Amino acid sequence: MSPLIEVRGLRYRYEDGTDALRGIDFTVYPGETVVLLGANGSGKTTFLLHLNGLLQGEGSVRVCGMDVSPRNFREVRSKVGMVFQDADEQLFMPTVLDDVAFGPLNQGFPAEEAAARARSALARVGLGDIEHRAPYHLSAGEKRRAALAGVLAMEPEILVLDEPTTYLDPPAQRNLIGLLVSLPQAKVVATHDVRFAAALATRAVFFDKGRVAKEGKLDEIVELFQWDWGT
Amino acid sequence: MHHVVVEQWSRRRSFLHVRDARAKLLVALALLAALATAPASPISAVPFAFLVLTGIAAARLPMASMLRKAAVVLPFSLLFALVEWAAGQPMAGMALLAKSYVSALTVLLLVASTPQPLLLSGMESLGAPRLLVLMAQTLYRYLFVISEQAQHMRLAASCRQGSGARRSRARAFQAAAGALAILFARSYSRAEGIQRAMAARGFTGDFHSLQRRSFNSRDTVFACAGAALAVLAHLVARRP
Repeated sequence: MSPLIEVRGLRYRYEDGTDALRGIDFTVYPGETVVLLGANGSGKTTFLLHLNGLLQGEGSVRVCGMDVSPRNFREVRSKVGMVFQDADEQLFMPTVLDDVAFGPLNQGFPAEEAAARARSALARVGLGDIEHRAPYHLSAGEKRRAALAGVLAMEPEILVLDEPTTYLDPPAQRNLIGLLVSLPQAKVVATHDVRFAAALATRAVFFDKGRVAKEGKLDEIVELFQWDWGT
Repeated sequence: MHHVVVEQWSRRRSFLHVRDARAKLLVALALLAALATAPASPISAVPFAFLVLTGIAAARLPMASMLRKAAVVLPFSLLFALVEWAAGQPMAGMALLAKSYVSALTVLLLVASTPQPLLLSGMESLGAPRLLVLMAQTLYRYLFVISEQAQHMRLAASCRQGSGARRSRARAFQAAAGALAILFARSYSRAEGIQRAMAARGFTGDFHSLQRRSFNSRDTVFACAGAALAVLAHLVARRP
């Protein structure tokens, strides 16, 4: 089976000289849900931003067999759906429907097709009845699901989620887990929430100071790095 | 948040709301040009005010709120009106106030009866520079972010003000200036995040809309009638 994501020797340095990524090797296969763990500043978010070319470092990043480079950003961004930590940054259109249709319209679908995809994605995340509401009037859980719908409407092959449980109460977290488990796409999830990770992960990767310190089963990694408040 | 309310008004249904954005833009431009070139007398704004108020009623928009929101322009125009007054031309000063208020009301009517994506795409198809339209679209989106950020900061600041302590004006000004600087920095950071989120969903500089534009014969009649009324109002305003 060929990998959906294949990263080799990825390095990235911020303008202020901080080495955020120091040679990352990473692979994701179809059907996997890979959870990224690690301290704040360990490079998880910086790494995720490379998966659809929002940042470009040294090394090789391949998605669905394509090199991630400016000439194929359009295809890559259709394949990799990214849900950001702060849903407010992702919801910027006047209505939920407009926002969810933003991606399909950018993919070049006509308005009717884009609206149909948006409605289908909203129904998929259980928000079919709020398409005309303004995104800033939604609850945190609804915002998160609307942001996810905005990505699903593009029908990606890979979902990338950065701290998806931020601002969510336990019932909303439970709903999100149920929703993510039901989605067939491969997923890469950066999170600090070990219980959330345990509900989803088929594999875990631990980031430390811009490197992959360890990858393997979630419980082994949690134990090795004592990555739970109860340990 | 004023822009939220206006955004909601723009999505209502009325005779004016269903007109094509380009037709409304042309009528608004005709009205503004006719008003600007009318004689420098406060009375000359009256026929234009009548037209705009009729438009507000036709669009079934809340009259009192519209009148109140348009007054936002008055502090700015008052400054120039005072300069005219000081130069010995009180009538010109009053005309400036009246014209600026009616102009603001005209623009508010346009914005409150046209969803923002349609308005901006209408501007673009009428020949407005693309960069200007893109900036307006982006600015409009960031308005929500900035106002929300400002509200959070205001709340946080009021939580730390303490009770009963009277702050000096100088101290309040200092705090406001600092807050403004932080607001700018945070807004910049948020704007960067939004830009990334837009790029992640394939945005390459073109805003597309779900709403379809169609300029039909009714829009043509509306645009012609609106322009004719603007000219008529100008002629009425010129009568001694």
